[in-house]
Amino acid sequence: MSTDIAKKVRANPKFAELVRKRNSLALTLTITMLVIYYGFILLVGYAKSFLATPIGTNLMTYGVPIGVGVIVSAFVLTGIYVLRANAEFDTLTAQIVEETK
Amino acid sequence: MNRALTLLTTAAISALPTFAMAAGVDATDIKKQATNFPAIIMFVIFVGITLGITYWAARQTKSAASFYTAGGGITGFQNGLAIAGDYMSAASFLGITGLVYGSGYDGLIFSVGWLVGWPIVTFLVAEQLRNLGKFTFADVASFRFAQTPIRTLAACGSLVTVAFYLIAQMVGAGKLIQILFGLPYLWAVMIVGVLMIVYVTFGGMTATTWVQIIKACLLLGGATFMALMVMISFGFSPEKLFKAAVDIHPKHVAIMGPGSLISDPVSAISLGMALMFGTAGLPHILMRFFTVKDAKAARKSVFYATGFIGYFYILTFIMGFGAIALIAGNTPTPATNPFMDQSLIAAGKDVIAGIRGGSNMAVMHLANAVGGEYFLGFIAAIAFATILAVVSGLALAGASAISHDLYASVFRRGRVNEVDEMRVSKMASVGLGILAVGLGVVFENQNVAYMVGLAFAVAASCNFPVLLMSVFWKGMTTRGAFIGGFLGLISAVGLVVTGPTVWVKILGNAAALQPYDNVAIFSMPIAFIGIWLFSVLDGSARAQEDKDGFEAQYIRCQTGIGAQGAASH
Repeated sequence: MSTDIAKKVRANPKFAELVRKRNSLALTLTITMLVIYYGFILLVGYAKSFLATPIGTNLMTYGVPIGVGVIVSAFVLTGIYVLRANAEFDTLTAQIVEETK
Repeated sequence: MNRALTLLTTAAISALPTFAMAAGVDATDIKKQATNFPAIIMFVIFVGITLGITYWAARQTKSAASFYTAGGGITGFQNGLAIAGDYMSAASFLGITGLVYGSGYDGLIFSVGWLVGWPIVTFLVAEQLRNLGKFTFADVASFRFAQTPIRTLAACGSLVTVAFYLIAQMVGAGKLIQILFGLPYLWAVMIVGVLMIVYVTFGGMTATTWVQIIKACLLLGGATFMALMVMISFGFSPEKLFKAAVDIHPKHVAIMGPGSLISDPVSAISLGMALMFGTAGLPHILMRFFTVKDAKAARKSVFYATGFIGYFYILTFIMGFGAIALIAGNTPTPATNPFMDQSLIAAGKDVIAGIRGGSNMAVMHLANAVGGEYFLGFIAAIAFATILAVVSGLALAGASAISHDLYASVFRRGRVNEVDEMRVSKMASVGLGILAVGLGVVFENQNVAYMVGLAFAVAASCNFPVLLMSVFWKGMTTRGAFIGGFLGLISAVGLVVTGPTVWVKILGNAAALQPYDNVAIFSMPIAFIGIWLFSVLDGSARAQEDKDGFEAQYIRCQTGIGAQGAASH
């Protein structure tokens, strides 16, 4: 890439917007995933009896929906990123590329 | 049904140590099995179809781009399936269901760890790779740095990861095929090696991708059917399933909560770090992002993959509980249970420890119980196909590290034509295949269970930090990346070797030099701190060049401007 193009892109306010939005979303979602997963591991390490507590009179314990919930959350968080990226970031990127030509 | 059972196994596989699931089957005493014809017929059909695809793929695999990336024409959805096929190993299928069978809830804890790396890949790695790279993740890691040191580092990280993963898969494959098909170990390992060489050498990424896609569909289909049959047996009521399982399992209600899997939170977090960040550093997975046309397809493919893999792990939980209820609880007394090894039952083992072939075979027995002999054959063939798909992906990643990174970029300093590079790739695939068979034979009677854990630890402590920092931190320099990356690699391997499993159990020393088998919690910070420290201390002219290169890389990484259209390079 020529320095010319680099300068043009850098000067485009949409580039700053794209980078800011994408980085903040990626960071927020990464931290959310870390908190959910390591929170779960800490529960397993330090609150075994809570996870093993039956829900009401069932055999199902709190641990089952929580564990399955971590799996589902991984999918949902990925989905949130992909949806926003498809809708918003790709549009911005396309505009930047267009305006750089 | 009984014939299939006797065919299936009379062997005693030792129960795996808790974290060892990862590597699959650890068999200590497998007797020769009768030949399982339904399974072999199904498998031959699979091999026939995949060889047909390989023939078709070979005719298209003319350029380096088609060899490494299938020409970049894979769609996001196809790539999602292929990633799932690359990642869901026979070890997950048999090992995690076996873990659920043995201790219930613990299996779920383990499978969660295998999934949570994927969002991280989506957020931090997938699009960046697609925008910056061409064939291997080293393209990205070395983008603005001196090629020789960083390519060497990335190739070492890749090859160490691939080697350990491959040995674990080969040994697991040999043992498994011995049980499932009644083939001798050496034959089993050689069949896997030869097919892997054929797929990769002739069909390159195109054939590998389709083998992975077909396997993913078969595995997801087979597992869905089994889980569905389990749920039908219990009127789609989880409570009824849990009730039946809790009644029959010797640990009773304890299987509904965490058991002994995680006794020490430091190890648990360390294992979690290796699984989570290691996923984002596995060369055969990272390579898959170059097969799609742009960043958008790359991110979509991880989304689909996360869905498929997560769904699969939920199925393993159902299948594991189904196996407790339907296999352990097959008859009112263990003495008449056809799924039990009666010599073990007579010796006083319970219905969990007494299962034929060990807990890893639980899902196979379940296939027999819900679908009969031919379905069992089908599932056995899927297990074989699963191994082939994983080892092919590994071999291709290893061959690419050798040809694209070491040969073309380091040895020939980039002055190489495509024909030569592809020839080296193919030679490397053949070489890796032969080496894999050789190592499979050498390690036949060794405990290889720790090796997948080690592969993930290296990926998390060398490949991932270098990749992440090269993309996001302007201040990283060639020297910092090189020293930090190698510190991560060496510390991960060194710590695993001096830990309890390798130092005491394998090498036979009296006491471990350090108490942890899961080492990422130490080796990852060593890598990151090493990269940071040696970068900030680096005052060389090269360091300035590295930092100056960041701007152009950053703009291309964020916008894709200048990224090669995958189909046209």
